[in-house]
Amino acid sequence: MDPYSLKKLNQCRRERRAAILLTDLGDGRDRVVVEGDLVAGNLGEAVASAFRSGKSGVVEVDGRSFFLNVHLPPPRLVMIGAVHISQALAPMAAIAGFDLHIIDPRTAFASPERFPNVRLDAEWPQEALARSPLDAYCALAALTHDPKIDDPALKAALEAGCFYVGALGSRKTHARRVERLTEAGVSPAAIERIRAPIGLKIGAASPAEIAVAVLAEIIEALRSRGLSASRSVAA
Amino acid sequence: MSDIVEGGTLRDPLTIAEEWMKEGRDVAIATVVETWGSAPRPVGSHLVIDADGQFEGSVSGGCVEGAVIAEAAEVIADGKPRMLEFGVADETAWRVGLSCGGRIKVYVERLG
Repeated sequence: MDPYSLKKLNQCRRERRAAILLTDLGDGRDRVVVEGDLVAGNLGEAVASAFRSGKSGVVEVDGRSFFLNVHLPPPRLVMIGAVHISQALAPMAAIAGFDLHIIDPRTAFASPERFPNVRLDAEWPQEALARSPLDAYCALAALTHDPKIDDPALKAALEAGCFYVGALGSRKTHARRVERLTEAGVSPAAIERIRAPIGLKIGAASPAEIAVAVLAEIIEALRSRGLSASRSVAA
Repeated sequence: MSDIVEGGTLRDPLTIAEEWMKEGRDVAIATVVETWGSAPRPVGSHLVIDADGQFEGSVSGGCVEGAVIAEAAEVIADGKPRMLEFGVADETAWRVGLSCGGRIKVYVERLG
């Protein structure tokens, strides 16, 4: 591998940009293609298809054999609310390989003592998300029960095309949330994407059990996102 | 937790390969490029190896790493990439086969 390719690839990964390491298996030469780069001809079609599916593999193009190693940004879980559930969800999600970001303007909740070794912003979601924007590789879980804090974050997550958007609260709470978001101009199709009540139905009772249900639901969304990703590119 | 764990997640082989390169170490990168049947690690997985045989990452569940590391020493020495194939149908399988019954192809190349 060309050292320049490795450096460029690692830089893309740090910056959360989708990239493919393209290796010609005949002569061993490689280069990094960043999503949005133009690649001509049949190879270009294979590259575009690999970005959509996220699947690495060998392709035969014009009698030559290429290996496409697709590097999509690692999933990031953004939690709105430095609450009891978040304290359980943060370490579980870290072990499962997620980047973490916790946002809660209530400084009593968002204290480093309660959340050691986690990126924590004691700010309103609008402020924190302006600095660290959401993208299609983010999951957002709104956990505060406070519309002032949760609603703007949910709106931002739907606009950014986050692969998962979940909100804590009963069906009744969610019905009121739907009314507020509709009034705020969010489309019914977008609102439909919110997972509420949050988490897979496993009868979770304690904050830690709810965290398991939420994490499982996020992983389900992540692993089934191939189809929706290709739809959004085609649209 | 060991030193490959950072903030709860595993540090990945390509980051380690770049660090090793900056330290002036000779490095080989092994990549799973094809799998058939039930393979333990998906296509795209990496094992990085230095000239002293130190390694990080994995291309299988530990079944064939030894053989890949041995081959990596030669790749580092002559700079020629190699395609290795492992599986139960392979003659070497008795020594370094995949107990799961799958087959994998591993591309081993020198960095730089």
